[in-house]
Amino acid sequence: MSVTSQAASAVDPRIDVRERIVKRVARELKDGDYVNLGIGLPTLVANYVPKGMDITLHAENGMLGVGPYPTPDQVDPDLINAGKETITELAGCAYFNSAESFAMVRGGHIDLTVLGALQVDEAGNLANWMIPGKMVKGMGGAMDLVAGARKVIVAMEHTVKGAHKIVKQCSLPFTGLKCVNMIITEMAVIEVTPEGLVLREIAADTTLDAVKAATGADLIVHGKVGTFE
Amino acid sequence: MNKVLPSAEAAVALIPDGATILVGGFGLCGIPENLILALRDRGTSNLTVISNNAGVDDFGLGMLLKTRQIRKMISTYVGENKEFERQYLSGELEVELIPQGTFSERVRAAGAGIGGFFTPTAYGTLVAEGKETRVIDGKPHVFEKPLHADFALVRGYRGDRLGNLVYRKTARNFNPVMATAAPVTIAEVEQLVEPGEIDPEQVVTPGIFVKHIISGERYEKRVEKRTVREA
Repeated sequence: MSVTSQAASAVDPRIDVRERIVKRVARELKDGDYVNLGIGLPTLVANYVPKGMDITLHAENGMLGVGPYPTPDQVDPDLINAGKETITELAGCAYFNSAESFAMVRGGHIDLTVLGALQVDEAGNLANWMIPGKMVKGMGGAMDLVAGARKVIVAMEHTVKGAHKIVKQCSLPFTGLKCVNMIITEMAVIEVTPEGLVLREIAADTTLDAVKAATGADLIVHGKVGTFE
Repeated sequence: MNKVLPSAEAAVALIPDGATILVGGFGLCGIPENLILALRDRGTSNLTVISNNAGVDDFGLGMLLKTRQIRKMISTYVGENKEFERQYLSGELEVELIPQGTFSERVRAAGAGIGGFFTPTAYGTLVAEGKETRVIDGKPHVFEKPLHADFALVRGYRGDRLGNLVYRKTARNFNPVMATAAPVTIAEVEQLVEPGEIDPEQVVTPGIFVKHIISGERYEKRVEKRTVREA
């Protein structure tokens, strides 16, 4: 497989949706954060780190200080991220073994992780690693990340082929219980609180009713809901 | 002391049918590719393989799946291998999926003589079913046991004939932990050097953990996902 970010944006019709999601996720980053980005959509958040902000990316296969994709002549088979993509080093990066990498994860040293989801429910339970009888990819590091990272953001499209992904109760096998802090989609920013899912923002091009219809769980609205582009 | 074996063939001849083997690497990065090839050529069968992934269909451990030399896989993520998914869903291959942090810590525990540990990972999930749980400091934990094996196959960048190893970049991954966790660890290295040529401050795997070492004959180092930006 060979991709470039430019080529991907030219052929993927969902790119606007995906770009909107990752741009909004990037606004949750804080200077100095150690961040682990999941495979796929979450990886793209790295392209939108605000200028002047220092974020250190953790790759669970054993690296801190992940740099951008290499130029063709920089490709090194010994240097990949957790999505198995070729990457580069930033000055001050560090390598370590997998057990130490997950000591960082479980030990509460990772400030933020961003993951995709198959389902998220009202209690902040997450399902993202298997569909019984159909799809088995494995959980990789996701169960450890949601158990140990200080903040867990789910970044995903709001629905899949019209079906709800934000639900009252997950029907698919759990990745973790009560672990999600925030859900960011192309339609909404939702915070998971002890009282339930609180709608914080909706996209500028949608409506409150449309967001509610696309959500299979109750949304709590406190006063004025913000918007994002 | 000389731990050097003449070839990958000579090294895998030590591994009997039915053995449980730890295999280092993450995806195709840092895998002991010469030892895997030699295992395929020797036809060693009925293996239980403990490795983060299962390679791809035609490289790495995927080759041993194709030839049906693997009876059981213990892994964390297998999304890159269609043949794996097919054999698993059809029930031909026994599979145990473990969270990656639990996987690496269970291997570490095996190498460090630890009888198990409590982890918050996977509490309330399928992975925790049937396992002892305990609330520690207000947080529920799951008890996990060490993950032992008969052999460990790892890849280093440089190694000396005493078995001291250093790694290169993210090819390190599971290799140092796995090297500790079996009674017989076989290391293949890209550069086999004399004692003293590796700075002792830089040694990652001390030779005590390594039983045999070979110089890898040939490295393809296949790239799984070549992602690049414009020059």
